[in-house]
Amino acid sequence: MGDVMVMNEIEATASRLGIDQSQIDLDSIRLPPGDNFGIISDDEDVYEDDQLEFDSGFGNIIVVGNLPVVTKEKFEKLEGVIRKIYSQIGVIIDDGLWMPVDPQTHKTLGYCFIEYNTPQEAELAKEKTNGYKLDKAHIFAVNMFDDFDRFMKVPDEWGLPEFKPYMPGDNLQQWLTDEKARDQFVIRAGSDTEVLWNDARHLKPEPVYKRTYWTESFVQWSPLGTYLATVHRQGAAVWGGADTFNRLMRYAHPQVKLIDFSPGEKYLVTYSSHEPSNPRDANRVVINIYDVRTGKIMRDFRGSADEFAVGGTGGVASWPIFRWGGGKDKYFAKLGKNMISVYETETFSLIDKKSLKVENVMDFSWSPTDPILSLYVPELGGGNQPARVSLIQIPGKEELRQKNLFSVSDCKMYWQSSGDYLAVNVDRYTKTKKSTYTGFELFRIKERDIPIEVLELDNKNDKIIAFAWEPKGHRFAVIHGDSPRPDVSFYSMRTAHNTGRVSKLTTLKGKQANALFWSPSGHFIVLAGLKGFNGQLEFYNVDELETMATAEHFMATDIEWDPTGRYVATAVTSVHEMENGFNVWSFNGKLLYRTLKDHFFQFLWRPRPPSFLTPEKEEEIAKNLKKYSKKYEAEDQDVSMLLSEQEREKRKMLKDEWEKWVNEWKLLHEEEKLERQGLRDGEASDEEEEYKAKDIEVEEVLDVTEGGSSFR
Amino acid sequence: MRPILMKGHERPLTYLKYNKDGDLLFSCAKDHTPTLWFADNGERLGTYRGHNGAVWCCDVSRDSMRLITGSADQTAKLWNVQTGAQLYTFNFDSPARSVDFSVGDKLVVITTDPFMELTSAIHVKRIAGDHTEQTSDSVLTLKGPQGRINRAVWGPLNRTIISAGEDAVIRIWDSETGKLLKEADKEIGHKKTITSLSKSADGSHFLTGSLDKSAKLWDSRTLTLIKTYVTERPVNAVTMSPLLDHVVLGGGQDASAVTTTDHRAGKFEAKFFDKILQEEIGGVKGHFGPINALAFNPDGKSFSSGGEDGYVRIHHFDPDYFNIKI
Repeated sequence: MGDVMVMNEIEATASRLGIDQSQIDLDSIRLPPGDNFGIISDDEDVYEDDQLEFDSGFGNIIVVGNLPVVTKEKFEKLEGVIRKIYSQIGVIIDDGLWMPVDPQTHKTLGYCFIEYNTPQEAELAKEKTNGYKLDKAHIFAVNMFDDFDRFMKVPDEWGLPEFKPYMPGDNLQQWLTDEKARDQFVIRAGSDTEVLWNDARHLKPEPVYKRTYWTESFVQWSPLGTYLATVHRQGAAVWGGADTFNRLMRYAHPQVKLIDFSPGEKYLVTYSSHEPSNPRDANRVVINIYDVRTGKIMRDFRGSADEFAVGGTGGVASWPIFRWGGGKDKYFAKLGKNMISVYETETFSLIDKKSLKVENVMDFSWSPTDPILSLYVPELGGGNQPARVSLIQIPGKEELRQKNLFSVSDCKMYWQSSGDYLAVNVDRYTKTKKSTYTGFELFRIKERDIPIEVLELDNKNDKIIAFAWEPKGHRFAVIHGDSPRPDVSFYSMRTAHNTGRVSKLTTLKGKQANALFWSPSGHFIVLAGLKGFNGQLEFYNVDELETMATAEHFMATDIEWDPTGRYVATAVTSVHEMENGFNVWSFNGKLLYRTLKDHFFQFLWRPRPPSFLTPEKEEEIAKNLKKYSKKYEAEDQDVSMLLSEQEREKRKMLKDEWEKWVNEWKLLHEEEKLERQGLRDGEASDEEEEYKAKDIEVEEVLDVTEGGSSFR
Repeated sequence: MRPILMKGHERPLTYLKYNKDGDLLFSCAKDHTPTLWFADNGERLGTYRGHNGAVWCCDVSRDSMRLITGSADQTAKLWNVQTGAQLYTFNFDSPARSVDFSVGDKLVVITTDPFMELTSAIHVKRIAGDHTEQTSDSVLTLKGPQGRINRAVWGPLNRTIISAGEDAVIRIWDSETGKLLKEADKEIGHKKTITSLSKSADGSHFLTGSLDKSAKLWDSRTLTLIKTYVTERPVNAVTMSPLLDHVVLGGGQDASAVTTTDHRAGKFEAKFFDKILQEEIGGVKGHFGPINALAFNPDGKSFSSGGEDGYVRIHHFDPDYFNIKI
């Protein structure tokens, strides 16, 4: 309505002034800068920016409180300290620092005013130093001078705060209550991003929510599946809701490139890297850590890319830079030069205010469940000082276990998902130093004194192509050997008669595989030959040590198990031009359905939070599976009956429809017969020919039998 | 049955055409000589020499006496099928892309490509009963829409002309007045270049194949979309069985990208679909490049395919084929 009114007014004004509207090129009109003539832009972000006000003229002044109260003698010193802190952030104008003094006692009053050149500097100074710890007793409280005015206006009389009725929020975990216990997944193809149910019973996905241009680079589920994060030029956003996807929170971070959730999805880490103004400098990196629910920045890190690139290759930081650990989002740690910086989320500061010093540390990783770090230090001093792998307890920083290793070329650490075991894949040089061979150091974390066992492959010259622990289990799989047809071996950390020793279960010779994908519930594994192997898949049962199925998803690039371990999705993403799309398989290798999509970028199952069932209960269910599955089997049967019924009906409908067309055509053909004959100078009708064709068909069949007998 | 491989062309195939009786097969390729084969055993009968550029299309008269070919040398030529003699040459200012005889063979529709300043065009010429009286006067010329017209054929009773091409829109024109009668809906129609168009035996419906990886079946009179067949690769060629409710789609990856991948990746198969249920029922492998041309023998018991690899393959169906149930 509003638009119509405006248009009418414009037209009226135009006719009054004698202007022919059709002659005006609207795009050529430029408004004077800063004046919008009361027309509000459609762009929401622009509108929001306009809300900033700088009307009082004191916008560039900040007030710093909680300063130490000092006597006249120490005044100069304190002023010096404050000036030093605040001139780092921006230019303090001449006489811009004023620290009032009590005229009676000649002591300072514990606050000061600082005036900057610009409001932006003041704003930055407030953001940066609010909460700055000068010492234990003096934590700066920094405010804008303008805010003081505002706060002063707060009425002295206490009024009853307005009661807002409690609005229950959306149940963000509604999807877990699906009656058919289905799982969701998100796909991104072309400009569309779509969330779907995996409806394996109906052999097709069922749409949930679709949006074009939902994200500008990629999407990501939070680790427990509550949120779907999208990434835009202005920042990141998370989406969720009961039956649809609403935007729950936005995190402003210009040019954000990468994001990472903490494992308990309480915090979100965002990363951006900016070109420096001087091309010789390294890129500037900005990392923000947000509280997911409130959207508040908990901590930010800024610096040159070099600081954050430790452990990465070629000056590019390996993501995630901050690795979360210790369970319940308690700690996060970053690899630095000769140190590991471990932060705690209670205060978002370094544990004990200092980083963990480790000379030449190359890599570290967290135990998935406990506050234990494993770290790897390479050989130093030309082999005089051995390489070592250590386990460090956080927050105490005590070394729990250490293992020295000799003539090491490389080390990779693999934690088992429940933190029971740590496998360290060690590449060592042979005596001649010309080649390397491989061994494993296996740590049993949960046992007393953390015993270490050394495992070497049958042929220790084999290259390790892939390694994977069974989730929640005690077995692991290794692909080793030479590329065209490597071997796959399975080992167990315990066997029935010998719980303390690792033993080999089996070796499968000559498999076309280069990647391992364990089912999230263990027992089953997919041996996949991605990329060079054209998407060979082998579904293997590790309990029975037998192959359940072999299949191929030609050119497959990605494989992902659904969070329950019931289905496997294989996808061809747009690294290839052809065949883009995804297949969904049952856990035992039966192809359920396939979907083709051009420009296919991502396939991600929606994760589920861990089950509330106790291990005992889970075992009980596994034992009495027959009893529990009865209900679902009946449902399955109903569905398949319904499906075949629907299918039959659909076919009948299609056949009938076609029949209608054919009859219509026959009729028209008949009608036009004479005319057509006329066009052909009265040549024979077409119908005759049809009979002929049928005759020949019979003849053909006879031909074949005859030919066979005469040959004999 | 084993397919018959015919290596008579030096360059990629462009078009295949059976005569009405189904005993002769004409093949056109990017080399300059259309070739005639026995449709039954693949024996070569002869070639038609005279073109000076790739031959894009051909059509044969109902009595198998006349052949017309359209070529990139900016001519369409009329031939005597039996002797291989050139009867007449229609000269144009741009390459001739498609040719089609009308019912009764008294008219022919020829399309020409956009070239230099010229837009694409559809020309209707009268074919004289006696070739010595043949003239190059056009009965009707339609200045085409944007982009190349890949195929133009006659509608029922020669009353309309159906055209399709690069702009992915199918159009029906009045063949008397040249007026545009119908245009396929952009929403339901093809999304990319239409590469091929094939009429049913009685002309009541036709099938189009497109680079958008689908083929669509349309009613010739009303231009109603009846069926859509979705496949995994760009469709270069389509045909339908005159005997059973099957359609065949051929294609593959773009010729320029072929050498960079495994031949399996290109999917150079001829895919069979159930015409009514729109479901894939099978495939015939063999070519080492995309399939550019497909034709069904009018008796419905064999079909031939021509590929970018320069081979023509004639496939006679096994008896099992006629008993396929889905």
